[in-house]
Amino acid sequence: MITFWVVALGLTILLYVLLDGFDLGVGILHLFNRDEADRRRMLAAVSPVWDGNETWLVLTGTILFGAFSKVFALALSAFYLPVLVGICALVLRGVAFEFRSKATRTRRLWDVAFGAGSLVAAFVQGAAVGALVRGLPIENGVYTGGAFGWLSGYSVLCGAGLCVAYALLGAGWLAAKCDGDLRDKAFALLPRLLLGLLLFLAVAVAAALAAGLPIMGRWIERPYLAVFPLLGAAAAWGLLDGVAKRRDLRPFLMGGLIFTAAFGAVAVSFWPYMVPFAITVDEAASPPQSLWFMFWGAGLIALPLTLAYTAFAYRVFGGKIADSAAYDE
Amino acid sequence: MTALLLSRLQFAYTISFHIIFPSFSIGIAAWLSVLEGLRLFTGKPVYRRVFDLWLKIFGIAFGMGVVSGIAMAFQFGTNWSRLSAAAGPIQGPLLAYESFTAFALEASFFGVLLFGRPRVSPPLYFFSTVMVALGTAFSAFWIMVNNSWMQAPVGYAIADGTFVPTDWAAILFSPVLWVRFPHMLLAAFITGAMCAAAAGAWYMLHDRSKEEAGVMLRMGLLLAAILLPIQLFFGHLTGDYVHDRQPAKFAAIEARWHDEQPAGEVVIAIPDAQAQTNRYEVKIPVLGSLIATLTTTSKEVGLTDFPPQDRPPVAIPFFAFRIMVGCGLAMLALAWLGAFLGLRQRLMRYRWLLWAIVAGFPLPFLATLTGWFTAEVGRQPWVVYGVLRTADALTPNLAAGSALSTLILFVLVYTAIFTFGAVFIFRLLAAGPALAPGGLPANPKRPLDFSAHAPADPESAQ
Repeated sequence: MITFWVVALGLTILLYVLLDGFDLGVGILHLFNRDEADRRRMLAAVSPVWDGNETWLVLTGTILFGAFSKVFALALSAFYLPVLVGICALVLRGVAFEFRSKATRTRRLWDVAFGAGSLVAAFVQGAAVGALVRGLPIENGVYTGGAFGWLSGYSVLCGAGLCVAYALLGAGWLAAKCDGDLRDKAFALLPRLLLGLLLFLAVAVAAALAAGLPIMGRWIERPYLAVFPLLGAAAAWGLLDGVAKRRDLRPFLMGGLIFTAAFGAVAVSFWPYMVPFAITVDEAASPPQSLWFMFWGAGLIALPLTLAYTAFAYRVFGGKIADSAAYDE
Repeated sequence: MTALLLSRLQFAYTISFHIIFPSFSIGIAAWLSVLEGLRLFTGKPVYRRVFDLWLKIFGIAFGMGVVSGIAMAFQFGTNWSRLSAAAGPIQGPLLAYESFTAFALEASFFGVLLFGRPRVSPPLYFFSTVMVALGTAFSAFWIMVNNSWMQAPVGYAIADGTFVPTDWAAILFSPVLWVRFPHMLLAAFITGAMCAAAAGAWYMLHDRSKEEAGVMLRMGLLLAAILLPIQLFFGHLTGDYVHDRQPAKFAAIEARWHDEQPAGEVVIAIPDAQAQTNRYEVKIPVLGSLIATLTTTSKEVGLTDFPPQDRPPVAIPFFAFRIMVGCGLAMLALAWLGAFLGLRQRLMRYRWLLWAIVAGFPLPFLATLTGWFTAEVGRQPWVVYGVLRTADALTPNLAAGSALSTLILFVLVYTAIFTFGAVFIFRLLAAGPALAPGGLPANPKRPLDFSAHAPADPESAQ
């Protein structure tokens, strides 16, 4: 039963990162694009799906709470400021979707809320992963690092890196969903964002090696981890090829593959720890009564239903957005 | 200020803000289902116009409820990590069910409600409306399971300092839950009904959209008139469980400091915790026993029976409870008078009553909020009643500065979105029901419906 919930948790995290990743990325790009027509089309490209995407974060949180309460308690208390600031950022960017179109005088304000909210949410997520990779100050299962124990040059680097990576996914999504001018802009941005991402990954690995982070030992113990960078490299090549040949969907899919490879690399190098090197999956797991209770309803019925619905929603809203459908209702 | 007090303030602030939206949207979702059902079976376009207006309002309230709800789930971990580590095996699965059922039903069918009218058949659209309403009610159910377990923990054993669930059936069928969940659900329905009636009364007073206003006013008042007595009954049952299982909370609500037999009922007073007595007290003898046990002789316990560290604060539950009951009785008066005059077709003559109904729209919100204050503050000093103290649930090593900065952040962000959300809702209400629903014949088989009714009310086109 623990295995089931580890897989379910991994799946919800990955889906959250991929799905909310692209709409956060579109939000970040929105911040740097001043053209009103572009902005409307960018919103239109994500408006039918963003709240569904964000729900994967809530599902991740509640699975963690129910199935791995100790990690939920430890991680959230360690990341107190980034989590709550990130949530406020998500709240602001979420209401901006509705408010922007209804506002008259305050439209600029909601534009900033949407863009900056996306940027902040992406940054804190990256910083949290960076802090986990670097290692948190934990004694006897209690976080002892204070308000800024998660903050380091390394976590800032990872935060910035994730912003670039989400922007890459966002640009891929825009290339797939938009036509004309905006599609051209997205295709022009993609190679630059990819270069930025690869640079960041190189620096992150170099910094981890230079700092002698214990997690890097995993790569010597587990040489098969090398499959993930290889997969990532292949995806990067596929992305560039897709840009060169102007394949609409390819950059997004390849960007997603890069994310999946990175996620796999982090997850496998953490294993069997959930918070490296403080708490393992088995230590964190809730008692079997809790896991089974969740399994019969949430795991067996609701999770597959939710997956099916997500697939269905993407089908319904599939294809290019029409220019006339610019989000201004 | 300590991290503990700041965390409590932050939780109280965010949850008070949050509860306003679900209690409104649960009621409106149920009402939308009824409207869509009526539209389907009677074919009258007026239901569709009312539906379209309230769907837009529902959209805003629903969105704000969702985003403010995300914060709640994570605060359990950020501020109350000892609680989540200890009670996670019970509370976590319940919240997981909440997010899964809410997502599976609300999120999926809400998209159909907003964008799907042209794409699905009318019965399927109606079905989607019902599913959204069901989703909001399920969501409330799981939250109430969770909270009722904190009020009256059952079905658990304690091992290594954590709560291990031993009997999920006991948790899901706890009698406490089954009086508190209907109490909350009825509160939500009454909120929707009173808001609909207030909007209808407002249009009536401004002599516009009369057909739609009539639907809102009649349905709202009738529903409230029927539900309010039922709500009072469930409120009484809720009081019974508090009396039996949380005697300290009951004594605090009654501001009863010492044992009394038979007990009097303090109608109003200023409780003085230091002196352990009430000032400016107005008290009715014997009524306290009557309320507590329906007898004239029962002995009722006072707060001084409990050691000081086990007593809840008195002033907040005492006043909050009285405000809640006062709001309930005021709504009952408005709804009965309005429904009585409405049924006799005389309501329009009493403009003061219509104004009172308009002005009464905050009453259900106030009643819900003060009801929660009574329940939650009255549970103190416990977070899991009788087992885990709030002070012991706090995140270890949480810096007061962190708690203060996030409290300020939440106050700023929530105040901003609340203000704008309220403005947008009022703007939609001021614009009123649209002339023609969606610009299409409401029912393709009866295109005349559309043209016959469209020009009837030019005012509403604004």
